[in-house]
Parts: sequence; structure tokens; C-alpha cells
Amino acid sequence: MTSIRLVRDDLRPPGPPPRRHLLSVSDLTRDDVQRLLGTARTFESALDREVKKLPTLKGRLVVNLFYEASTRTSSSFELAAKRLSADTLTIKSAGSSVDKGESLKDTAQTLGAYDPDVIVIRHPQIGAPQLVARVTDAHVVNAGDGKHQHPTQALLDLYTMHQEFGRLEGLHVAVVGDVLHSRVARSLLQAFALVGIRCTLVGPPALLPRGLDAEMTTDIGVIRDADVVYVLRMQQERMEAGANYVPSLREYAARWGVTPDRLRPGQKVMHPGPMNRGVEIDPRVADSVDALVETQVRSGLVIRMAVLYDVLTGGPVGVRALAAAEVA
Amino acid sequence: MLYLKDRPGANIVVRGARVLDPVEGIDTVVDVRIDAGVISVIGEQLDTNEHRVVDGAGLVLAPAFVDPHVHLRTPGREDEETIASGTQAAAAGGFCVILAMPNTDPVVDSAATLGALVETAGREAEIAVGFLAAITRGQRGEELTEMAELADAGAVAFSDDGVPVASAGMMRRALQYSSITGRKLALHCEERSLSHDGHVHEGAVAAELGFAGYPSVAESVMVERDLALAAYEGQPIHLLHLSSAESVAALRRARAAGVAATAEVTPHHLVLTDDVVRSLDPNVKMNPPLRAELDRAALLDALRDGTIESIATDHAPHALHEKDVPFEAAPFGVTGLETAFAVLYTRLVQPGLLPLATLVERMTAGPARAFGLDRPRVAVGAAANLVLLDLEREWDVDAQSFKSRSRNSWLLGERLTGVVAMTIAGGAVAFEA
Repeated sequence: MTSIRLVRDDLRPPGPPPRRHLLSVSDLTRDDVQRLLGTARTFESALDREVKKLPTLKGRLVVNLFYEASTRTSSSFELAAKRLSADTLTIKSAGSSVDKGESLKDTAQTLGAYDPDVIVIRHPQIGAPQLVARVTDAHVVNAGDGKHQHPTQALLDLYTMHQEFGRLEGLHVAVVGDVLHSRVARSLLQAFALVGIRCTLVGPPALLPRGLDAEMTTDIGVIRDADVVYVLRMQQERMEAGANYVPSLREYAARWGVTPDRLRPGQKVMHPGPMNRGVEIDPRVADSVDALVETQVRSGLVIRMAVLYDVLTGGPVGVRALAAAEVA
Repeated sequence: MLYLKDRPGANIVVRGARVLDPVEGIDTVVDVRIDAGVISVIGEQLDTNEHRVVDGAGLVLAPAFVDPHVHLRTPGREDEETIASGTQAAAAGGFCVILAMPNTDPVVDSAATLGALVETAGREAEIAVGFLAAITRGQRGEELTEMAELADAGAVAFSDDGVPVASAGMMRRALQYSSITGRKLALHCEERSLSHDGHVHEGAVAAELGFAGYPSVAESVMVERDLALAAYEGQPIHLLHLSSAESVAALRRARAAGVAATAEVTPHHLVLTDDVVRSLDPNVKMNPPLRAELDRAALLDALRDGTIESIATDHAPHALHEKDVPFEAAPFGVTGLETAFAVLYTRLVQPGLLPLATLVERMTAGPARAFGLDRPRVAVGAAANLVLLDLEREWDVDAQSFKSRSRNSWLLGERLTGVVAMTIAGGAVAFEA
């Protein structure tokens, strides 16, 4: 292969992404999911110690490249890397060369020149992590690309459900809200299929994607039958004048808001945050003991530790047997 | 209406090729002699008259191809394509005529802009180029262009390709006024209020990947509107790059009712579906988008039975840096001149889905008829517009070998069968492998 062909490689249709990236839940197998959840469990027990830092990724460099506002995801990736003793570099689009119009390819290659081990990227456009994977040598972790995927969110949600119910297979989850624009919903749907969770999508007609192979209904009444009600954020930007996905937020809240009277007592509720209280979720539901929102945030940290560890080591050493048994 | 640079006519004898011209009813091994660029004799064991002898043994000699839909990016984006590079690419793909779309910068909406293109083509074009002019000024859909003057200046047809003519009233006026020019309207059918923000066909793949959907009805409602207006005004229209089964059904109904509508389909819509978008490769992003298998099958059926009589590449060059971005940010469009025949031969003719003669007809006589052009043909007395094809040889699509200035092909790295060995356009050799 000549050097010229190497230059052209980034133009070729990419094959299946190599396993060292985490770009989409669709890249994962059931075994991968079980291994990642098991690794996260191991890390969680380590976090109970007084000194919470593990030397595992000492000398590694994790770059967090965030082109979209984020509190939970960016902070938890940064903390996850630090807890594993990796060096971290966090670049936000505001205040960087991105403001000067630098292309994603150039920014990625510039950061790639530091030989990072992992690039964690969040970007508003579908396909951005794939581009970074094509143009750098780093392991790439997708922290959310447009409306496409947010694989670590799905993993942390599985981890949270497993903690709560002690199992995953056979659970029934109702996902409520703006499914059309939700990368979380898309990632969850694939993750649920991998582990055998039944999923029902609930929302207004125009916000349920056409052509999706899933159980879908506009009837909010069905959420009572689920083990978990997973509430999606109703994105204000989707409600611009003229979009007409729903007539108004007020009508949305009245028809599809998750309120106490639509839930069974003790029914568990999850939300990926940030919440719009009074729109998709009633504040009484958000603050109830059955809302697992804080558990989700804590799960996010250990899941991201597990993901960084997994992409850099190609799977856990010495924890595999324990992990698989624990999760199964 | 067609322009190319002046070259002396070739003196050539092609010996022993399988000569295939479905419209002339020829499919036989025979010699063809060209004297000063004109086919002079078709027969056995021809005298060479000291002409150059091309050994056609094992090769197919057919009428060269006509592409009714090419973007030459000139004026404005000569970094992506020029008349010289685009016509070289076309010659390498076996074409003798291409029609260039007017959505350039500036838009071809005045006789002055068109005149400059005509003049450049007379100096640079390796094969014949026809230029379409815009239907509305700046393609803004607000005021008609001066169609009569544009026709006199050489416009081969009118199109706002790239954007639809949004207003039905404007479309009606365009149909009425263009009738005095004897030139057709070539229509990009897209209802923007249905397709807006859409990057990918609305269906399972878009739903899975999270793309805003560009539904097939966004095309077909506009196809239905334009067919209805064409019927009402009694004017012919040409439908560009059809992509959906609903559009095909509408066209079939209209033609059966006597509407003078012609249509084209691209190689990518004939062989790909939205399945390949899962790769997120910006080189499978085009407008209209790749659609579902049932759409692809309907397009192929329509091509086979002649409802769609033209294959068009919609060759749309883009600079490397513009396509080297996330799928969602990438512009629509792929190149196609240099791969059109080979990919259709490999993916449709070889598996038995389309007869070779039909493919040749839809790449030559079909589009020529749609735009009122002389049909390239293998006949005594006709100007030599011929392509010599090696249907045995395989090749790997490699960006380095493209004559086009752009490389945004969805076929990079693919192995195809069918090589253009020689293209004779306007009586002269325009390409030789």
C-alpha cells in the first residue's frame, strides 16, 4: 500500500468501526454490555474506599472535546478519567479555535498530535465521532452526536436498572416524550434489545419516528404497566414557532407529562437530565424517592470509568469472571 | 445548442468489434470505418485506407453516452470542476454529450453568463456540452428569466435544479412562457415544507440513526403538481433524478393519460438503498436521498419498461474539505461520470437485471430524445459519437485516476467490470484508456 492510498483512506466508506471505539450501542454485543456493567460494578466498590483514585490509567491522556453544552456528561467523563489517574484535557467549542471556524477534522488532528489515548467527543452533528475516528489514531468514545447516539447514557441507565431490580432481562420500560429528536431513546432502544428489556415508546404522533421497529403508542395510559417510566427531555428548541410537533408545551404537559396520578405507587422513574419540571415531568415525580435521577448520575461516573478502561485495555483483566457472574 | 472545441475529424477503422446499436437494430461483429469524423462504411473486412486501425476484437462498439444532468461548477467553483476537467471526466466515462446545470455562482440566468460558458466550451470542451439556463432569476423562484434571449444564446433547456420552483403559479407561468422557445423545463421536484432539514430518506434507517426524514412524498407531491400543470398547459416537462415509487406511479399515470413527460434516474438510485447510509459516509449523501428497496425496484422497473427513458449521473463534484465533515454537515451530491456505465453494467447487466441493449439505449437515445438532441448512432453518414467498451476487464475505482477535479464518489475502492477503452466524440478521439 502506497502512502497515497493511506491519505485516501479517510474518503473510503468506513467499515464496521474497530472495537476500540465506542461510537454506537449497535457496535456492542450482549457480552460487551455485561462486561462493561461488571467492570463498572468493580469500580463502584473501589469508590467506597477513602482514597478514591485508582492508578489504572496512569500516564494515559484522555481528551474531552465538547461542541455542545453539557454538565453531567462532560463532568463525569472528566472525573472518570481522573479517578483512573489519566491526564485529561477538556476542550469546549466556545473559546477555542472552533470559534474561529476551524473544521472538526482540523481540530481533531491538532489534538491528535498530542497522541491522546482516548478522544471523548460530543457534537451536534450525526457522524462527528466517525469522522474523528477516521482522522485520528485515538480511541474514540461518543458522548452524544446530534440526534444519533449517546451510548454511555444507555449503559449507565442499564447499570441503574440492574442496581434497582437485580436483573435486566424481562423488565418493561416505557420511554415517554420526544423520541424523534432523542439520541438517548435511540441508544436505549438498541441497548434494551441486547439485554432483553421490553420497551414501549410513548409520545405525540409527530414525535414518534416513522419506520422505527419498536412498540409505539400515543396513549400515556400504558406507562402504568411498565417497571420503569423513562422520561425524555422535551427540548425547547423543538418547539419553535411553526414547527408544530405539538400545539404547545402546555398541551404537551397536560397530555404526556409524567404526573403522580399517571404512575403506580412505587413505580420507578428515570430521566437523563436536564429536566424541564412541569413540562415532561411533574416536580412531585422528579423529587419522589422513586425517581432514580441521582443514581443515574452516580452510575454515569462508574460506567464512564468502565468504558475508558475497556477501550484502553481491550477488556478487564482479572475481573471478567466475577463480573459476568454478578451481572448475569 | 451543443458546444465543443474544434478538432480535426478522425480517420479510423475499428476492426472486429461487436457493434451494438439497439435503436438501429444492430448487434453483430462487423468493421466500422470513420472518414474525417463521419461513419462512412459498416461492413466486413473493410479497407483501411491508411486509417488508424483499432483492434476491436472482444470489445463492444456502441453509440457514446449522453448525460442530461451534470454539474460543471463553472462559473464560481472552478476548484471543484471546470468545463475542461468535467468534459475529460465525461469522455473517460464514454460520454459524447453532457448537459450542464445552471446552479452555479452566478446562476446561469442571463445571456451574458451563458455566452461566457459557450465561449469557454468552444475552447475547452473535449466532448459536446449543452447548457441549461435557470427558470427563474437567481433560481429564487420569483421572476422568470429572459427565456427567449437565453434560448437564442444557446440554452438547451431550463431548470432551477438544486431548488424546486416552489410556487405553482410561477411554474405555470414558466410552462406558458417557455413554450415560445421550444425548450423544455427540467424540474427538480421537492416540496421543501416536507423535506426541510431532511438529510436521509424517512424510513427505518433515518429513524435508527436519528436523522430528520426526507420523505418520498416530498418528491411525489411535487411530481404530481408539475404533471398536473404540464397536462393543463399542454407542455412537455422533464423530471430530474426521480427517487421514489410514488413518483414513478404518478409518472406512469400521467404518461398513460398522454402527458408529454420524460424522466431520468441516477445510477446510485438504481443500485443503492438507504441501508448504506448506516456507514455515515458523506459520499452516500445526495438529494434526493437514497430510498428504500421498493423505491429502487420501482425505478428499475420503470427504466426497464421505458417509463423512465434516461439515465443521468447528477455528477455533483464537491471539494474534499467540504465532504470531509460529519455526515450531517456534508453537502448533497456525488460524482458519477467516470463510473456510471461500469457500475450499471456490474450491478445490473451482469446479474441479469437489465439487458445491455436497454442500458445502452437509456444512456444514449433516451436522454437525446428527451432533450431533442441528435441521437448518437452507428449509421453511415452519422458523425462518429462512439464508445468502445471492454466488458471483460475489471478495474478498481481509485480517486487518483479520476479526471474530475473532485473525488466524492460513493464507489471508491470498489471493483467494477467494464472499461471504456475509447471514446470518439464529435468525430474525434476524446479519450483512450
